[in-house]
Amino acid sequence: MVSRLEVRKTYKLYIGGNFPRSESGRSYPALDHRGEIAARVAAGTRKDLRMAVRAARSAQSGWAARSGYNRGQILYRVAEMVEDRAAAFNAAIRLFGVGSAGARREVAGSIDRLVWYAGWADKFAQVLGNLNPVSGPFFNISVPEPTGVVGIIAAESSPLLGLVSRLAPVIVSGNTAVVLASEQWPTPAIALAEALATADVPGGVVNILTGPKDGMVPYLSSHLDVNAVDAYGAEPGQMEEIEQAAAGGAKRVVRPPRTKLDWDKAQSPYMIAAFTEIKTVWHPKGL
Amino acid sequence: MCPSEPVKHPEIVPTGLDYVTSVESTEVVSIQENYDLWIDGAPTKPSTNRYFQTVNPATEEALSRVAEGGRKDVQKAVEAARKAYNGAWGKMQKSERAKYLYRIARMLAERSREFAVLETLDGGKPIKESRDFDLPMSSAHFFYYAGWADKLEYAFPGLGTDSIGVVGQIIPWNFPMLMVAWKVAPALAAGNTVVLKPAETTPLSALAFARLTAEAGLPPGTVNIITGDGRTGAELVEHPDVDKVAFTGSTEVGKQIQHRLAGSGKRLTLELGGKAPHIIFDDAPLDQAIEGIVNGIFFNQGHVCCAGSRLLVQESVFDALMDRLKLRLRSLRVGDPLDKNTDVGAINSPAQLDKITRLVEIGQAEGATMYQPPCELPERGYWFTPTLFTGVSQSHRIASEEIFGPVLSIMTFRTPAEAVEKANNTPYGLSAGVWTTKGSRILWMADRLAAGVVWANTYNKFDPGSPFGGYRESGFGREGGRHGLLPYLEGGW
Repeated sequence: MVSRLEVRKTYKLYIGGNFPRSESGRSYPALDHRGEIAARVAAGTRKDLRMAVRAARSAQSGWAARSGYNRGQILYRVAEMVEDRAAAFNAAIRLFGVGSAGARREVAGSIDRLVWYAGWADKFAQVLGNLNPVSGPFFNISVPEPTGVVGIIAAESSPLLGLVSRLAPVIVSGNTAVVLASEQWPTPAIALAEALATADVPGGVVNILTGPKDGMVPYLSSHLDVNAVDAYGAEPGQMEEIEQAAAGGAKRVVRPPRTKLDWDKAQSPYMIAAFTEIKTVWHPKGL
Repeated sequence: MCPSEPVKHPEIVPTGLDYVTSVESTEVVSIQENYDLWIDGAPTKPSTNRYFQTVNPATEEALSRVAEGGRKDVQKAVEAARKAYNGAWGKMQKSERAKYLYRIARMLAERSREFAVLETLDGGKPIKESRDFDLPMSSAHFFYYAGWADKLEYAFPGLGTDSIGVVGQIIPWNFPMLMVAWKVAPALAAGNTVVLKPAETTPLSALAFARLTAEAGLPPGTVNIITGDGRTGAELVEHPDVDKVAFTGSTEVGKQIQHRLAGSGKRLTLELGGKAPHIIFDDAPLDQAIEGIVNGIFFNQGHVCCAGSRLLVQESVFDALMDRLKLRLRSLRVGDPLDKNTDVGAINSPAQLDKITRLVEIGQAEGATMYQPPCELPERGYWFTPTLFTGVSQSHRIASEEIFGPVLSIMTFRTPAEAVEKANNTPYGLSAGVWTTKGSRILWMADRLAAGVVWANTYNKFDPGSPFGGYRESGFGREGGRHGLLPYLEGGW
């Protein structure tokens, strides 16, 4: 029998709906749990990050202008795509030493989380907004709107569920995202990008960068066209640097919880709320 | 005072009628010679042994001397707040907390005139405004949040009702008493305790409020007032036992505070500056729009973070609008804030007057055309004539920087898309105004304006039940309404 040579995947960045290599032409080895090279992954740079922010900015108003119903359908479609590739995600996670049951739970949890947030797309405004009874002849309503472009510093230790749990509440309301993937375990994030790209998520809504976080975290946090930084998955020791960088633009920073992170439980409409701005509109009533 | 001179305008028939001055009595107010800090329910001498003057900006007369709080005083105040948090206030039944807040609301209403006069004396705002706006709104704010104190579990289902702890609050000089209410009422309703620093030019109403809380029987330490300047504020921000900081003021200082708090784990909300677009379409009801424009920029001498300071007028109505606006400016009465007929009072401080003057000079130097109505200003005190600039381009500093004074920069646009583009061309995003009779256009505009508050066919309307706060560099967090509770609840955003 003739042996067949396996076709390996090149792990690239995900920017503006495309899969470019890093402009630096560099990659870095992601090691599996045995210390062997699992993949050579693109080493994103500040310039790549700048391109990603630009892509996120240009996609934002269009994404926010879609109906909640439509965004919900697209998020649900992402869940379908991940389910369809569950075996590949399982394998990608197992490479990093997660047992088979653990990997299955992480993938199933990620799919269910996407479905859960998909359902919020056309409901969160009803729960987070309201009519305000004011003293005077005015119609007065408060509604949540997406904050804009959100930088997500993904958790190192939960390469898929940790990422999905933060990405879904950010984009469901109409934000676009620039994600710094787990540096140690980057391949599930790129596999997710491939699922997103086939799930009708418009290019630029989600942008995923792999590479050394050290150079990129402060740059992402200080970039003036990034409106909020999700540091929920960041290490506590990184917070001062992130918050210093964010202060220059009076930027919103979402911190890691004070209690130990439990990704299995990390879903809440208030996680959507954290990346929205309340807009209040007044209009007189009269003849 | 701007004399109501005979106006040479074809549509106006001079009536010969004018208001006589009608000055509010100051007898209702008694101001102490000195004020100590207010810590743990009692006046407390400052460790610095220093006192600073607070001045009536309309007369330049000293009103009182106020304690300058230092590090040790902040320490004491935070300790008192912590004690009250762990004790009397923190452990109190929520329905009892509600009753204290109701009581404070009622007492403020009862003493409304006294507080209004005090506010006008210390800050320079017209009595018409402190009497009809600042004080009623302050009382109403306490009344509104009182009702939430024992209903928190219904405000944000699933979030929980835990308070945060000791809250450090720093407020500005433009609405001194109202800002006390905006800060203290939701903080206490959620179960926190407070150390508050009023602005150094307007400390008196906060100190009077402190005494009112004692009279209300509020447990000592629940509300502590530390007076002083930015250095005192910095001590409060940096105190390790403060769990949350709430700041209202300039974007510049807000960013400094955000820097100071980086990595501390303290919660922060910021209500910062603005450069609000005020957009007039050609189908707007012009007479009403003129009143909105005037209210938008001359309310409280323009010392308003949400002031409609960038007027965007559709080209086709520019000439007609400018005629009416200039005419309207001539009837604005600038002068004694205690006069019940005064529309525009004194500029709050010499520093603020310098800033306004400097930016207006820059506006002229950059080539914009200035209009000021004939206006005779009092000799003593700090004053600025209501000012319009036309021929302003987007790159002019008067079109991009917050002036925080009675100065309006006027630009034009042709299409709704251009109006949105120009309106959003600012790092700020606090408020916006739109005037048009077309309903669908109002909603189209409201969707696109990057602003926390959009006033359509009205301007500068406020209510305790209505959330207020900014997008982008105008800050984060909301004050007022259900959303105003969130900054004071654990797990809120």
